[in-house]
Amino acid sequence: MKAIAFSNVSFRYEEDSPFVIDKLNFSVEEGEFVAVLGHNGSGKSTLARLANGLLVPDAGSVSVFGVQLTDKNLFDVRKNVGVVFQNPDNQTVATIVEDDVAFGAENVGLPREEIGRRIDFALRAVGMEAYRHATVARLSGGQKQRVAIAGVLALKPRAVILDESTAMLDPRGRREIVEVVTRLNKEEGITVVLITHFMEEALLADRAVVMNRGEIVMQGRPEEIFERQEELVTYNLALPRIGVVCNRLRAAGMPVPNTLDAEALAEEIAKCV
Amino acid sequence: MRIVAEHLSYVYNARSPFATAALKDVSLTIEEGEFFGIIGHTGSGKSTFVQHLNGLIRLPSSLKRYKKKKLKKGQLPPPETVLKVGDIDLGDKKTDFRALRKHVGMVFQYPEYQLFAETVKEDVAFGLKNFSKGLSDEETERAVKAAVEVVGLDYEALKDKSPFELSGGQKRRVAIAGVIVTRPEVLVLDEPAAGLDPLGKQEVMELLHKLHSEWCKTIVIVSHDMDEISENCTKAAVFSEGSVKFVLPPKELFRHADELTALGLDVPLTAKLCAALEKRGVSLDCDLTVNDFVEKVLARWVAQKKGDNA
Repeated sequence: MKAIAFSNVSFRYEEDSPFVIDKLNFSVEEGEFVAVLGHNGSGKSTLARLANGLLVPDAGSVSVFGVQLTDKNLFDVRKNVGVVFQNPDNQTVATIVEDDVAFGAENVGLPREEIGRRIDFALRAVGMEAYRHATVARLSGGQKQRVAIAGVLALKPRAVILDESTAMLDPRGRREIVEVVTRLNKEEGITVVLITHFMEEALLADRAVVMNRGEIVMQGRPEEIFERQEELVTYNLALPRIGVVCNRLRAAGMPVPNTLDAEALAEEIAKCV
Repeated sequence: MRIVAEHLSYVYNARSPFATAALKDVSLTIEEGEFFGIIGHTGSGKSTFVQHLNGLIRLPSSLKRYKKKKLKKGQLPPPETVLKVGDIDLGDKKTDFRALRKHVGMVFQYPEYQLFAETVKEDVAFGLKNFSKGLSDEETERAVKAAVEVVGLDYEALKDKSPFELSGGQKRRVAIAGVIVTRPEVLVLDEPAAGLDPLGKQEVMELLHKLHSEWCKTIVIVSHDMDEISENCTKAAVFSEGSVKFVLPPKELFRHADELTALGLDVPLTAKLCAALEKRGVSLDCDLTVNDFVEKVLARWVAQKKGDNA
């Protein structure tokens, strides 16, 4: 089953402005882990907002788990697809962690006991059980972001979209989030769409998708995508630093492979010099 | 202006149950002309340190005079806290902190969130007007124009636009222009490239080098990105749990890979490659920039080939 399916979707923010998303066809299978890459303004965030009805397409249709998004079923669909945004400080509403996690579940009118169970589940899933009664404002960025993910999980969504959710975090916070979503995908079978600038994060996905000017211009296994380095550069994506090193050595004629593994590259260099 | 800190300590929420020591006896000197990096995890004290540099956090001695505690017999007096930027003593009650802030510009994380005025021109002029009262309109405009242009924006095209209409990268440039417009000698930036896409990051770092060569003598950046540090900084300090663990040029700093990893910090790719090569008996004397690494490897390879042919 398709978790998210875009069919010929077009969208623009203002009537006389160019289309941000242009006749896009894109789908994510249930249980899949997809990374979406693209420079600023390539349409990645618009894609996330279209997928759970925060934005309505100008043309074409968006379906989520087989249900086409309409004004009427918006709230039901959102129970299935949760979005975590970039800034952790903008996504917390309550002062205490458990209240914040409960917020979404309360809004959809779940019974009290069920909300309690959902909070337990969600905090455990993100590894924040110990902070249940903590003050949100005193948490680190990575911890706040995990609370934001827990708030989404409390609705038991079948898919989670992370829209540059790691961009504002330090390396440790970023690692925490990536570990949590990888585990949710592998153990809970939750579909994950990870929108990111960090090429290293995209490597964990089953499939990487590159967006440019509202279109999908490349897709495939992350390793395959990274091998097509010249193409990536034309879409204004910087290579991971190791890609730059490989490229420059190869351009000078040195017989080293295109690899993302520093040890492997060092091994090959050592053979040559 | 040389920045000197000696025995600097700071406790947040002192005398409350939430008291946390953010800085513990920090001594650090940043020489004039340096492109200085400050590394450390969230909570390591790096932002607290940086906020001292323009008096956003003040030394207790500059706020009020404490009675000196009587020393017990044989007890040594506690080391004296010193904090100076050039000739300005930040521990002195009489210091003019307004003048200090004119010399030490501070760009916070996500500075674009601090844009507020109706036009780019007014936003950039705001700090200048506050610092230099009595500046004529022409002088103000000239200074604003110069600042907007040095950050790489087209002044005439943008001056009457709302800063909120600009793209993310442009907004950040306008915010930086609003700080450098007073021509600070020292420019401190807290994670200047955070949240930008790879290309935006590269552009911001290029801008900082430009500012370093033609606008501000000393640049201090706080960064989590070790590659950014090794690629750009002349020297870097590592903060951990409120103390300074290392102050070294990147080339030497990242030889301490094991200690850095133990502190939960990463090392740049070039340092990893150099270490892996060293294990295989190849030692490159490289300054850890990608450029230098590639050149040194290629030079070795060419020399090797010649050797084989001979």
